[in-house]
Amino acid sequence: MACYHMSKALAIAGAEIDFVVPYQASHPDTEFMTVHGATPLTPLERYGLGAYDSDMLLGRHLKDADANDLTDMRGVQKSYIRFVEEFVADNHVDAIHAHDWLTMEAGMRAKELTDAPLIVHVHATEFDRSGENFGNPVVHEIEQQALMMADRIVAVSNITKSIIVQRYNIPADKVEVIHNAIDVDSFGPYQYDRETYRYLEELKREGYTIVGTVTRFTIQKGLTHFLKAAARASEKYDKFAFLLAGDGEQRNELMRLSAELGIADKVFFTGFVRGKQWRDAYSVSDIFVMSSVSEPFGLTALEAAHHDNALIITRQSGVGEVLNNIFRYEFWDIDTLADQMVGIATSRALAGELTANVKREYDRISWHDVAARCMALYARMKSGVTV
Amino acid sequence: MSRRGITLYLHVHQPWRVRKYSIFDTAHEHDYFSDPDTNTDRNNEKVLKKVAEKSYRPMNALLLKLLETHPEFKVSLSITGTFLEQAQRWTPDVIESFQRLVHTGRVEIVAETYYHSLAFFYSREEFVRQVELHRAKIRELFGVETSVFRNTELAYNDELAKWADDYGFKGILAEGWDPVLEWRSPNHVYRPAGTENIALLLKNYRLSDDVAFRFSNKEWQQWPLSSDTYTSWANDSLGDNALVNLFMDYETFGEHQWADTGIFDFFEQFVGKWLSNSDNTFYTVSEAIETHKPAGELSMPRTVTWADTERDLTAWLGNNMQQEALRYLYNLESDILRTNDRQLIADWRSLQTSDHVYYMCTKWFTDGDVHAYFSPYDSPYDAFLYFMNALRDLRYRLHAHHGTGGLHG
Repeated sequence: MACYHMSKALAIAGAEIDFVVPYQASHPDTEFMTVHGATPLTPLERYGLGAYDSDMLLGRHLKDADANDLTDMRGVQKSYIRFVEEFVADNHVDAIHAHDWLTMEAGMRAKELTDAPLIVHVHATEFDRSGENFGNPVVHEIEQQALMMADRIVAVSNITKSIIVQRYNIPADKVEVIHNAIDVDSFGPYQYDRETYRYLEELKREGYTIVGTVTRFTIQKGLTHFLKAAARASEKYDKFAFLLAGDGEQRNELMRLSAELGIADKVFFTGFVRGKQWRDAYSVSDIFVMSSVSEPFGLTALEAAHHDNALIITRQSGVGEVLNNIFRYEFWDIDTLADQMVGIATSRALAGELTANVKREYDRISWHDVAARCMALYARMKSGVTV
Repeated sequence: MSRRGITLYLHVHQPWRVRKYSIFDTAHEHDYFSDPDTNTDRNNEKVLKKVAEKSYRPMNALLLKLLETHPEFKVSLSITGTFLEQAQRWTPDVIESFQRLVHTGRVEIVAETYYHSLAFFYSREEFVRQVELHRAKIRELFGVETSVFRNTELAYNDELAKWADDYGFKGILAEGWDPVLEWRSPNHVYRPAGTENIALLLKNYRLSDDVAFRFSNKEWQQWPLSSDTYTSWANDSLGDNALVNLFMDYETFGEHQWADTGIFDFFEQFVGKWLSNSDNTFYTVSEAIETHKPAGELSMPRTVTWADTERDLTAWLGNNMQQEALRYLYNLESDILRTNDRQLIADWRSLQTSDHVYYMCTKWFTDGDVHAYFSPYDSPYDAFLYFMNALRDLRYRLHAHHGTGGLHG
């Protein structure tokens, strides 16, 4: 999603882009760039490999992977690299812009072959993905190599920059922060009809406040802390319902926890949502909580702001760096989160001011600004990029 | 012919800041004003001791020195009750230094609400009680009566002037704001519209703000400001007029403008230079009124304050949170007062201090000018949250006292 918007804005800014994805699919609305499919996989097969879930990796190094075995993520990556090798042999490139660990090896290989400057764009590190755990050592190693080899690093927030500097020992002056943005036009036409979550709408009519989050249920997202805060808030104010939209490995654990906390009837699990159900999850909510233990940016917060939610965001989430009209808390501080939720639920003025003021803030943030800063970065790179 | 004079008036204030007071404290702890974190600017003891060191002690020493050196030097002070309470508790030597100033007979105390509140706009009865409380506190600590009034944030309108006249004050202070003055100069005494006996003194905001806001601003064309330049500006401004009124926060000296900006030396030199011309003098606010007849009548039907470019109350009452907070607070008035519970009443009044709603101001956040947000809280929303939790605790205590009524959320 972020790459799509960034590429679009870059093309408008005058860049020619060859965009390599690890699957085959038709790509509507991508006429501004050339999309190359590096494998014969469908997107569903490809995402079934668990790129965001490094537990599914067997910890193998790339040389052990079989490029012909596309049921394995390492195999897909190897085949992706082969595609890039062939591509750069036939085409001139000015700059290589690799996003996250999945394409970092291909980026490094392209740099070896072409000597074009390598820009590594970090949307998330393995430290972010693994929450309070260490994460996968193979992924750490790939990230470490690429960060060292990169000519320039782009981080999506100061939080991510500090992880790169402190945990990968990269000099700070090699890392530039370019925050993500939101393109609300891409959401398409939409009118909220109060149908999808009819039960929650009924609760709202009875004076309930709906606290929502839209996310993957992984340890990174801090949802167990969120549920504990939900129980704590419900001790002080009983007209709360909590909407957990999404799915993931922690789903069963979260369901068990909400029962243990005695708030199972207040917590609503939607499963994986997209399209209208996805947008309606924001629309039915009054408060959006981003409870992440480590969130490089967190675009969902901007989406929630667009749908008139008051925002409560952990200090460990990068999106908080571009917003002022929000509540912040430390991810472990369930009392503060509970206090903030009760405060909003019991004051129309507070809810109204937060919602209205953040809405004026978030749409000042544009992908065009992101593209302009990337273009300036390309222009500064050593081999004199022509665009 | 009266002498050319400067009326210097300084405002001394510290609020009782609300601690990080959560909904889990409500109905359990009633210590709203004692943040245990000694590193935060919500900790009132820490802030008072810091400002005493940087401002109150050195400035009072300088004022005393100037009073001893120059028989013509005079100054007027308004000192809030919430400041006096804190200084009595944590820095009694600062109280003594103010007493020494007042005992010279050339330092006048100006009247205001004890709690630095906006009560005038919510409850006239409560407002009067707070004026009385302040007069009593000043009498107790300084042994003097007040006769000139200033309202919180210099918030002034014709109705206030009428009230002050009826009450018996002989003078009142306001901002000398151009859209109200039009062609008139702030350097005269005026008669507020619809009053009989009271006189109005107007702040010369250009000369006042040169010191209070711009003195250390290196972006300012006039930086660094010398006492010679400032003396000549004061002379130019005065012209054939009667007086120049310099009104500012006392904490300008040493706290808003740190000692290393040279503010103390600047001020000492300026007083000396001004008085080196024997035609010049200083007036207390009472003397300024006694010495000069009103040059004309002036009407301010709409409230004017000394704050921001708007000179209105939007920094305190501009958003729904601020309005809701004060509406709920003043709604408790009769129930609180009839408890006769001194601590409960004092806590309710301490929450009326205008600083609390000022911390809830969102206009700088929304304009993206976060640096203009001077507050001990992370955001205006946090300020509102802790305030409301404390207000709910007041309701809980009321409920416990009367044993009737609901808590209303």
